[in-house]
Amino acid sequence: MDIAGAFSYHNLIFIMKGFGITLWVAFIAIVLSFVLGSITGTLRYMKIPVISRILGVIVEFIRNLPLLLILFFTYFAMPDVGLKLGVMSSAIVGLAVFEAAMISEIVRSGLSSIPKGQIEAARSSGLTHMQTVWHIVLPQGLRRMVPPIVSQFISLLKDTSLAIVISLPELMHNSKIVIAQNFDYTLPILALVAVLYFAINYALSLAARRLENKWG
Amino acid sequence: MPDISIFTDNFEIYMKGFGNTIWASVIALLGSFALGTIIAVFRISSVKPLRWIGTAYVEFVRNIPLLLVVFMFYYGLPSLGVTLNGFICGTVGLMVYTASFVAEAIRAGIMSIPTGQTEAARASGLTYMQTMRHVVLPQAIKIVIPPLSNQFINLVKNSSILGVFAGFDLMYYGDQVASKTYATFDTYIFVAALYLVLTIPLSFAALQLERKLAKNG
Repeated sequence: MDIAGAFSYHNLIFIMKGFGITLWVAFIAIVLSFVLGSITGTLRYMKIPVISRILGVIVEFIRNLPLLLILFFTYFAMPDVGLKLGVMSSAIVGLAVFEAAMISEIVRSGLSSIPKGQIEAARSSGLTHMQTVWHIVLPQGLRRMVPPIVSQFISLLKDTSLAIVISLPELMHNSKIVIAQNFDYTLPILALVAVLYFAINYALSLAARRLENKWG
Repeated sequence: MPDISIFTDNFEIYMKGFGNTIWASVIALLGSFALGTIIAVFRISSVKPLRWIGTAYVEFVRNIPLLLVVFMFYYGLPSLGVTLNGFICGTVGLMVYTASFVAEAIRAGIMSIPTGQTEAARASGLTYMQTMRHVVLPQAIKIVIPPLSNQFINLVKNSSILGVFAGFDLMYYGDQVASKTYATFDTYIFVAALYLVLTIPLSFAALQLERKLAKNG
């Protein structure tokens, strides 16, 4: 074990650059997957004929595939059918599509968890359909959705590490390169990487827990 | 339409990977259930150091990526003088990682049984073990099964991590077929289909089970 060598200035800068890419890719994918997932989840909840069915099938397919395979598709397989994306875009698209399917399911089940009786009561008191959704379903549904959505964001942050298979220069990728320089760097670098992931995810999970206690 | 001959010509390669994916999943499933149960018992134990170990395990492992857990076995262990192949590192890593989620699901299930029931059982003269066996566990299991079945579906999908470490699973052999046929898209369509053959029935069964438990519970 060579702690001083492993944590040399250049190595640390290189690892932190990787961490920066991890956070950046995760951030963009979180925003995209949240928007896409909320829209598909709401459309599925509204039970629009045909559209909701088709979306349901697509969401179920994506949810039941490994993310690793989806990243292979976005980077290696899509050029076969004429869609070529860079490493960074492939990673973001793959992550966003996969996590959007997860969030769509959270949104759909959050909205469906509001008892029908409440909706019927609201409608019979004279509220329009949109007013019912806006004043009755959403405020309660959102409270139930927020904790699982934050957990999903934690998963997404962890899942960015899988982009190592398409050589995205993120935290795991860069740490593997440092480890390859010198066998004695392995343990200190793995410990550092674990601390970095842990710090950010633990902070997020504490936030999720606090929200859950407040709203649960 | 994907070229079906890619699948039929490489059927044996696909099946080798498919078999290993099932193997790795079954081993990791049994292992993570056993390890997760032990950790859950640690977490709710009245012995402080045990509780501390259980909590530290769950909080640490849940908040780092699966890939890093497998890295620790694949790259970390050799620094300590132990070298294991990709299949073993991947499967053990998967087991260690999933155990933290299993432990949390089991703990939450047990905690959801009101303490009043335990106290009442103990006050009626049941021993601790009898209370667990006749009062707490039969109710807790209904609450635990839905999150556990979701974890096991995740486990099957996560077994694809073996492919990153030359673990001879479906992803690994899919890669081999792709580099042989050069038809990347079509090759991976069949890989996807094989994963869905495993995960869709599992998801469906989990949903049915959840509905049934909700009705009876």
